[in-house]
Amino acid sequence: MNSQTRPISPHLQVYKPQITSVLSILHRITGVGLAVGALALVYWLNSAAYGPEAFARTQEFMATWFGRLLLFGWTWALFYHLCNGIRHLFWDAGMGFGLTNVNITGWIVVFSSIIFTFGSWFLGYGMVGG
Amino acid sequence: MSLQSDLGKVKGLGSSKSGTSHWWAQRVSALALIPLTLWFVYSAMKFIGMDLFAFRAWLNEPGSVLLLSLFLIALFYHMQLGLQVVIEDYVHGEKNKIFLLLINKFAAVLFAISSLVAIIQIAYGG
Repeated sequence: MNSQTRPISPHLQVYKPQITSVLSILHRITGVGLAVGALALVYWLNSAAYGPEAFARTQEFMATWFGRLLLFGWTWALFYHLCNGIRHLFWDAGMGFGLTNVNITGWIVVFSSIIFTFGSWFLGYGMVGG
Repeated sequence: MSLQSDLGKVKGLGSSKSGTSHWWAQRVSALALIPLTLWFVYSAMKFIGMDLFAFRAWLNEPGSVLLLSLFLIALFYHMQLGLQVVIEDYVHGEKNKIFLLLINKFAAVLFAISSLVAIIQIAYGG
């Protein structure tokens, strides 16, 4: 049978974005982004194993505006994936499935991930002082 | 020519035997990563601007090597499980899919072991 002529179901673009669907795809996107972050972590550790100069170069790059932007993005991705992951674990335990609950916990995830991100950067700068 | 019925050919294939093990592994590693991630973020704040001497001193504090190793093992295990689902969902050609699934597995093991080796070299190497 020719698959080109068969009817297909409506795809993503016909649906209005909702908090549930947007947070769902964000979980996957942040997951993939964090995999890239994990690569950076491997590089960072291996440069430290390589020697003081190599480690200093990696640390220098991380302190540039671009390095900080990456770290800030990974911080948010990490907290988002963590908070939404906990939301998923509650669902897996059979809790919080009602539409009202799903919307409320969704917004809690959004706001707490932002608060944790800024909070940890505030603490980080406080510890080192710039 | 096979005399098997269509149903007979597909019985026992798919996720009917082991489909839940991946799902469980993803949840269990997620659970382990909750405290480990919070510990890592807290630790990462101290890494800002550190030189190798200070990083080695941090690694030699009690618990650092153990917790960092646990974090990395759980992280790469969880990452491998997650990326596997992404590949299975979006990569359609069977050859490409199997190729990427293999790369994913090998890369996760390579990155996990190489970071563990790096930690040991930094903490205990000369």
